[in-house]
Amino acid sequence: MSGSFHLDGVPIRLEGCARTYDGGVRALEPLDLSIAGGETVVFLGPSGCGKTTTLRLIAGLESPDPGGRVWFGDDDVTRLPIERRNVGMVFQSYALFPNMSVADNVAYGLRVRGVATAERRRRAGEMLELMRIGDLAGRRIDQLSGGQRQRVALARALVVRPRVLLLDEPLTALDAKLRDSLRLEIDRLLRTLGVTAVYVTHDQAEAMALGDRIVVMARGRVAQVGTPREIYYRPADAFVAEFVGTMNRLHGQAADGMLALGGAALPWAGPAGPAEVLVRPEDVALADADAHLRGSVAAAVFLGDRTRVVVETACGHTLTVDAAGRAAVARGDTVGLRLDPARFLSL
Amino acid sequence: MHRRDPFTLALLIAPAAVVFGAFFLLPLAELFVIGGSGPQGWAAYASVVTNPRHLQSLVSTVTLSAGVTAATLAISTVSGLFLVRNRFPGRALLLAMLTFPLAFPGVVVGFMVIMLAGRQGLIGEATHALTGGRVVFAYSMAGLFLGYIYFSIPRVILTVMAAAEKLDPQLEEAARSLGARPWQVVAHVVLPALKPAFLSAGAICFATAMGAFGTAFTLATRINVLPMVIYTEFTLQANIAMAAALSFVLGLVTWAALALARSFAGSTVAAAG
Repeated sequence: MSGSFHLDGVPIRLEGCARTYDGGVRALEPLDLSIAGGETVVFLGPSGCGKTTTLRLIAGLESPDPGGRVWFGDDDVTRLPIERRNVGMVFQSYALFPNMSVADNVAYGLRVRGVATAERRRRAGEMLELMRIGDLAGRRIDQLSGGQRQRVALARALVVRPRVLLLDEPLTALDAKLRDSLRLEIDRLLRTLGVTAVYVTHDQAEAMALGDRIVVMARGRVAQVGTPREIYYRPADAFVAEFVGTMNRLHGQAADGMLALGGAALPWAGPAGPAEVLVRPEDVALADADAHLRGSVAAAVFLGDRTRVVVETACGHTLTVDAAGRAAVARGDTVGLRLDPARFLSL
Repeated sequence: MHRRDPFTLALLIAPAAVVFGAFFLLPLAELFVIGGSGPQGWAAYASVVTNPRHLQSLVSTVTLSAGVTAATLAISTVSGLFLVRNRFPGRALLLAMLTFPLAFPGVVVGFMVIMLAGRQGLIGEATHALTGGRVVFAYSMAGLFLGYIYFSIPRVILTVMAAAEKLDPQLEEAARSLGARPWQVVAHVVLPALKPAFLSAGAICFATAMGAFGTAFTLATRINVLPMVIYTEFTLQANIAMAAALSFVLGLVTWAALALARSFAGSTVAAAG
């Protein structure tokens, strides 16, 4: 869908970038991070974790505390304000200019660069075609749906051929179905454009789907940087394990290469003594004869493709288990659970 | 919603209709009739154009009011945006003080202009001490202009501030991200977003300046604005018909000027969209 439109993504490097607000509140602890040219990095975390602050530091809307540096390729842009950094930015609230038509919104970046009228009309038209909304060029902004608005915002950000594309929760204001389809479209766009993209979200599904790498943040610090698979299967700490996906935590006693867990004994490679085991809901199976644990169903939610079951075991653990969609389980049933030590995760 | 029969509706609207009729339509119609009842008959209405003194006072009143509106909008926009975006000690007190001039009668404002730019005024004394000559402009259009701006600013600045508070800061950030310099952000994003506030605040400012009397009366002598002419016709010449005709025309011209401004602003919106 991108045709011939391609951008040369520059690498981004943050060096010791901290941000302290007036009154001494530390929004961001010193951060070092390198983003490769053309890479899509997603900042993921709960509100107030510093992800938006980091995005605004890269954008040039805020300055790092003294000592921090921001590099675009070989250019030190720390002192450059946003209007001189040549970035494209997409906002949660779309931030389209209500006094301009769709075409004028998209052409605005070219207008302030002094591009001639005919040329900017042509390039804005191209960009609208790229976003598959060529027929909306003459519309007023208040005549557009949320999804259409965000497409206009993307077209407006890309038409100036930015060095870096910054997206601040662009899908949060949309309803679930639209969010899914636009997410797929943004994914395709980022893959084909080759632009360096920084994407901020609190939605882990979005982060998994879009990020080449994910930066999980908590309370102004980076908790983990990694590919979606690394984040999901090898969480760096308890926070990441809990925040990304659902995680079960079981406590057992290890001795002689075996782990005693609520009456069952499983092969165990770790050291002897009290042990904590992490396991994802999809890695626990409902079982009958060869069950390791038994318990009663506290809740069973049918989600179509699967049934999410919460089981309270006799040994005092509460486990979330993903069973098949057709599994016939109801609240109050007694079920057996089978664990696979090969699927255990450790911190 | 279920329908009411016309009789009930008429009954419900009756109180409002009575008040509207008694306090707006009736006096206006009476004024219009009186305007045509003088020795000149209905020609009194034409005197605004035919009588050079009246025509000149109308032109200067409209010019003065338009000038005051433009200057007030400019001053209030700059200071209003500053007050919305900056926090400093004494800001709350300053905001509270801004509403002060709203309560002053025109006479007081006129008196203050004399204190500033009159024969014994601050500016006159200062220039006398510095250069030997006295700069005195209180008793002219310039003095009136100053006084009108003084009592117009509070009316406009509060409206502008309320509108500026509601501006989405991301709009400006978006414009900047696209390479817009600060003046371009103001010209392309901030001012268009504030336009509805400019229209309503400007209309009130213009209409108030058109009809203001107390300040002009205090500064008197060389000032020839329509409210003063109406006063002179009414009290000194006892030409009630002419005073009524001029009052009606004053209202009509004010309304027409505002309608014109509104449709012009509307057409620029359409052109931009």
